[in-house]
Amino acid sequence: MEKDIYILAIESSCDETAVAVMKNGREECSNIIYSQIELHKLYGGVVPEIASRKHIEKINCVIEEALKSAGKNLADIDAIAVTYGPGLVGALLVGVAEAKAIAYATGKPLVGVHHIEGHIAANYIENKDLEPPFMCLVVSGGHTHLVKVLDYDSFEILGRTRDDAAGEAFDKVARAIGLGYPGGPKIDKLSKEGNKLAIDFPRAKVDGNEFDFSFSGLKSAVLNYLNQCEMKNIEINRADVAASFQYAVIDVLTQHAIRAVKESGLTKLAIAGGVASNSSLRENIEEACKKEGMEFYHPSPIYCTDNAAMIGAAGYYNYLKGVRHDLDLNAVPNLKIGER
Amino acid sequence: MKILAVDSSGLVASVAIVEDTNLIAEYTVNYKKTHSQTLLPMLDEIVKMTETDLNSIDAIAVAKGPGSFTGLRIGAATVKGLGFALNKPVIGVPTVEGLAMNMYDSSALICPIMDARRNQVYTGLYRFHDHKLDVVKDQIPIAVDELIDSLNLLGEEVVFLGDGVPVYESVIREKIQVKYSFAPAHMNKQRASALAVRAFDYWENGLYGSADDFVPEYLRMSQAERERAEKEAH
Repeated sequence: MEKDIYILAIESSCDETAVAVMKNGREECSNIIYSQIELHKLYGGVVPEIASRKHIEKINCVIEEALKSAGKNLADIDAIAVTYGPGLVGALLVGVAEAKAIAYATGKPLVGVHHIEGHIAANYIENKDLEPPFMCLVVSGGHTHLVKVLDYDSFEILGRTRDDAAGEAFDKVARAIGLGYPGGPKIDKLSKEGNKLAIDFPRAKVDGNEFDFSFSGLKSAVLNYLNQCEMKNIEINRADVAASFQYAVIDVLTQHAIRAVKESGLTKLAIAGGVASNSSLRENIEEACKKEGMEFYHPSPIYCTDNAAMIGAAGYYNYLKGVRHDLDLNAVPNLKIGER
Repeated sequence: MKILAVDSSGLVASVAIVEDTNLIAEYTVNYKKTHSQTLLPMLDEIVKMTETDLNSIDAIAVAKGPGSFTGLRIGAATVKGLGFALNKPVIGVPTVEGLAMNMYDSSALICPIMDARRNQVYTGLYRFHDHKLDVVKDQIPIAVDELIDSLNLLGEEVVFLGDGVPVYESVIREKIQVKYSFAPAHMNKQRASALAVRAFDYWENGLYGSADDFVPEYLRMSQAERERAEKEAH
C-alpha cells in the first residue's frame, strides 16, 4: 500500500486565517478557520491593513490548533501548501512568509496554491468520485469565473466578470436596502420572503464572449429602482427587491454555466466559492442540471467560504504533479488561474 | 548563546547570526527587491555558508517595529514560522533601538530617524552610558520639525542615522542649532548584527516570548481605524 500524504495548508488571502491538515487530498483531518468578519463589519467591508494585522496575530495559534485537532505534529506532515494569490497582498504575505519559514525550518517541500484553484478543489473533499474534466462556476465576493477543469492542474477560463464579482453585487445591493455586510447570506435569507418575479431586473448582455458576466448594470438598475420608488413615494418591498435581484444574478449564472457544459461536451457541473453556498443558486442550478441530465456537484457551505482544506486538496494534487516552490515565493495579488 | 536576527522593517533587509561576542555571519541588502523574495533566501545563504544547524540557535530576534507595516509582518511571519517549527523563543527588539546600537559608545546623543511618511519620522533618543545603551526618549512617530525643536532645546551634540536621513537632511541642516553629524554608510541603516547585540540585553532581562505570541508594534493605527476614531471624536 502506498504511503499516505499529509498536507499542512495555510490560507490568508482575505479576512479568514485558516489552516487545515488534509490526508491524500480528499480526507480532512482538521479544518480550522478564524474569521475576522465581526471586525470588518464595523467598516462595511474588508479593510486590508486590519486583516493583515489580525492574520499575524492569529496565524500560529490557528496552525497549532489545526495540527492538534488532526492529532498530528509537524514531523507527520509531508508538505506545506499555501495560498499565494490572488487576494490582498498584505494578507497573502503573512501566510506565504509563515509557510516558507516552516517549510525551510523543517526541510519540507513548499507548494504554492492558487486561491481559485483551491475553491474548485473544495469539490473533491466531499465528492470522492469527482474527477476532471468538469465545468466549474466559481462565484465569490472577489471572483466570478466559469472554468473548464481539464485536469487537476490544468484549467481553461471560459468566462469571467467584466466588472463586479457576483458577491460584490450582493454586498452593494444589500447595503442599498439596508441589510448590511456581508450581503450574500442576508439577501439569500430575505429573498425567501419575497417574490422573485416581482421586479424584472435586466440580465446583462456582454459583447464578445458569450460566457462573460457583468453585474454592475444590474446593481445600477436596482439602485435606480430604489431611487424611483423613493421619488414617487412608493413603498419598497425589500424582500421583493432582494428576491428579484438575486434571481437576476442566479438566472444569468445558471444559464451561462449550463450552456458552457453543453458546448464543451462535458456532463458534470460543479460550483465553488462563497456565493456557492447561496441556497437559491444551488436549487436553481441543481434543477437545471436535472433537466439537462448533468451531474451537479457542490461543496458544503464550510468548504465554500475561504478555508484551508480546499488549499490542502489543491496542494495535494500540485504536490503529486511535482509542483515545488522556492524560498523566494512571493504573494501575487493578481495571480492568473493555471499559472505556475 | 546564539541568536539569529532578522530585520525587514525598512528598505534594508538584513539577517545575522551572532554567538556571544562573535558575529558569525551577516547578510544585508539595500535594494528594491521585496523582502518577501529576499529575506529567507538570504538567511538560507548564511546558514549554508556557515554550516549552521538551525537547531543550535538559542533565540530568534526580530525588529518588532516601527517600520513599513508590510515589512514588519514579513519579518514577523518569518520568525513566527521559524520559532514555531524550531521551538525557539522570539526576542522582539524595538527597531529604533536596533538602529541606535550601530553607534556604540558614541559621545553624541543618538537620533535614528526612519521615514514614516505623512511628514513624520519614527524616532527615539539614545545615549551610551557606561558602555550600555540608555533610552533617553522611547521610539515614537513625530513630526520632523517637532523633533528638531526638542533637539535644539536639549542643546547636545547629536548624530543622525536611518533611512529618514536622505528624506529630511535638508530640513535638518536648515533648522538644527546644535552640533550634529550624519552616520556613515556602514552604520546608518538597519543591521541585523546590531539588532542581535541589542537582543542580548533583552534576553538577559528576560524580555522574550513565544513565537505564537509575537506581534509587531506598529506605533500607528491603520488608516481605517484612524478615520473611524476621528469620526467618532466629532
